[in-house]
Order: sequence, then C-alpha cells, then structure tokens
Amino acid sequence: MSALTPILEAVAPAASETRVVEIGGVPIALCTSSSRFARMVEERYSGFVTRNEIGPGTIQFDIDLLDSAARAFNENDEKYENLQDDDLEVTFESGLWRMCRGDFSAEWDPTTRHGTIRQAMNPYSLDSVLRIVHTLVLARGGEFLVHAASAIRNGRAFLFAGASGAGKTTISRLAPADATLLTDEISYVRKNATGYDAHGTPFAGELARLGAHCSAPLAALYLLRQGPENKIDEIDPALATQALLRNILFFARDAALVQSVFEGAYEFVQRVPVRQLTFRKDASVWELLV
Amino acid sequence: MTATYIARSSAIASRVLAGETMVMSVLDSTFFTLNEVASAIWRAADGITPLHEIVARDVCHEFEVPIDEALADAREFVRELSAHGILQISDQPILPTVPTIGTP
Repeated sequence: MSALTPILEAVAPAASETRVVEIGGVPIALCTSSSRFARMVEERYSGFVTRNEIGPGTIQFDIDLLDSAARAFNENDEKYENLQDDDLEVTFESGLWRMCRGDFSAEWDPTTRHGTIRQAMNPYSLDSVLRIVHTLVLARGGEFLVHAASAIRNGRAFLFAGASGAGKTTISRLAPADATLLTDEISYVRKNATGYDAHGTPFAGELARLGAHCSAPLAALYLLRQGPENKIDEIDPALATQALLRNILFFARDAALVQSVFEGAYEFVQRVPVRQLTFRKDASVWELLV
Repeated sequence: MTATYIARSSAIASRVLAGETMVMSVLDSTFFTLNEVASAIWRAADGITPLHEIVARDVCHEFEVPIDEALADAREFVRELSAHGILQISDQPILPTVPTIGTP
C-alpha cells in the first residue's frame, strides 16, 4: 500500500485556489490549481483581490495553464509587453463568447457566468482577458471601459481621454496630493442613479501604478490636448460622441453590442459634460480641475 | 434619366444630437456625422422616394440650393455612405427591411 501512495498523490487533482478580482463592482473569480498563479494574481491585482470565495453573480474562470506555465515569469521579458490586439478575435458562437489571441484563448458563457482561460503564467494575458470580459459585461448596459486616465478630487471624478501620447500619464503624474488616482490608462465608467461613476482600475499605463479601488460621481470627461496654455473649451456634441467612441474599449465583432456601445456613448454625452482640455506640462492645469 | 432610390441600412445605429445626425455602421464601426442637409436626405431615405424628389423637396426648398448643385452633392453623399454599407442604392424602389435601432 505504501508503494502506491506516491502514484495516488500524483494523479489526484491538485487543490484549487480561488482569487476574486473585483473591478467596478464586478467580481471575477479565478480558479487555479497553481499556487504560483494565485500568488501572481494577488500581486498583480493588489488592492482589487477582495475575497477568496465565489459569491452569487460572480463571474468564474478556471485557469488552464499552458505547458510553458512552468517557465517563471520574468519581469524583464518584453515578449508580452509588445502584444497587440490586432490579432485578437472576440466572437459569440453557440451561446459562448470566445476570445483568442496568440498568447491565450478563453471561452465564457454569459448565462452560467462560467468560463475557461488557457494561458501561460504571465499577467499580460490575464489582463487582456479581464479587460475583454469587463467590456462585454458592461456594454449592454451602456457602461464601458475607456482609454482615459481618471482621478477623484473633492469627491468628484474627472476623466482624461486620449490616445497614446495625448497626456494621460502626464496629467496623472501632475495630479496634486489631494487627488486620488483611479488609473492613468483605462477608466471604468458605470451608471448610478443620477449619472455615472468612475471606478478605479488596476490597468496601469506608463505610470505603472495601480489605481485606487474606489469610485466617485463623474463630473466631466476631458479630451486631452497638450498646448501652450491651460484652457477648457466646449466641443460639438457629435464630435464628443465620436471622440468617446474612438476611446471606448471594445473588441467584439457583434452588431448588437456595437449598437449598445453607440447608444451608451450617445447617452453619456447627453448627461456628462465633455470638454476639450488643453494643458501645458505643469501642475497648474489642476487649478482648472476642482 | 434613371431614378435612384435610397434606403437606410439595417446594420446601422443612428441618433440625432444638437441638430446633427450621427450614424455608425455596426459592421465596421465607421462613424459619420451628417450636417443639416445630409440629415434631411438621410431622414427621407425611405427606399420609395426617388433621390431627385428628395433633393428637390427637402434640400432645394428648405435650404435654397439650385437643383443641379444639390443633386450632384447628394449623389456623391449617397455613394460614400453606400460604400460603407450605411445606405442602400438601387434603380428600383427598395422594400423595407428590419428597422434600425435609434431614431433617424
């Protein structure tokens, strides 16, 4: 009997570890047999890992680590940092969302809220899957993730949208001590009873700093432009909608969801002031943002 | 002259905001903002009324533009939207299809 014990141990399923990452009030449970993967999740989403139990309504993913999972994640490895979404495919077939890119594949059933992620041991693939799933969850309700920095000041949240180089990280870096940074890269926008809230996210840009896990009512969305002076200009509502749509994260080739995103942007522009913020690279811009 | 009929595609989302019509293709997310004149043509694109009648009734009359000039602009406009699958063009009346989401 004692001779068999090692064999039984080898074939017995490993104990599953669960980490729940909650962003924008949407909990996603990640179940893995790898303690190392669980630790990586805790470190990567520090502050957003809220509990280790799956509650009602929690989205759940089983993590299927690929063979290369044995390779230790090397923070200096640029392989994953250069991944683009160009080859990303997000499709809805037979009741399942399928997400596929060179470094991962995943399925998710929005009815059972259960899915599987196949990836190696790295945070970049998981980051991408989480972003995609959040966009899918939010889209139908007119809520969204948007390429924007965001911060809370005096109890009100401000969004700063723009493509790479527009100044999201710069304006985040210039934020005064009394501002709470929600993200310098990807903001999370949800509806509340009277308008919208901006929520903190762990999706960081060049600042490489996780946002605060909190939220506040959204006061305005600023489209960033760097210039010789600080000023806020009104912009045409249609242009504001177009600019917002350009910055909303959305990956699925699904006509119904595209319509939902469009409707969401239209509603947002009617309810939240959208302005052009021209700023110079110093902290004085924050004098306009109180 | 052969009549041209135009109809809004079913694969679009559209909304009017501050007098301008925003139209987005749900197939490739192409986004258009239509000014007042273009919006008038867009609204009238019912697949039944010939383009020259739409232009005469809703453009020349409303915006005081000569018919030849307005028609040439309208033809270019509908060609562009058609190229993105946002508008259907035919030399025959176009039967109604699935209604679009949003108000034209």
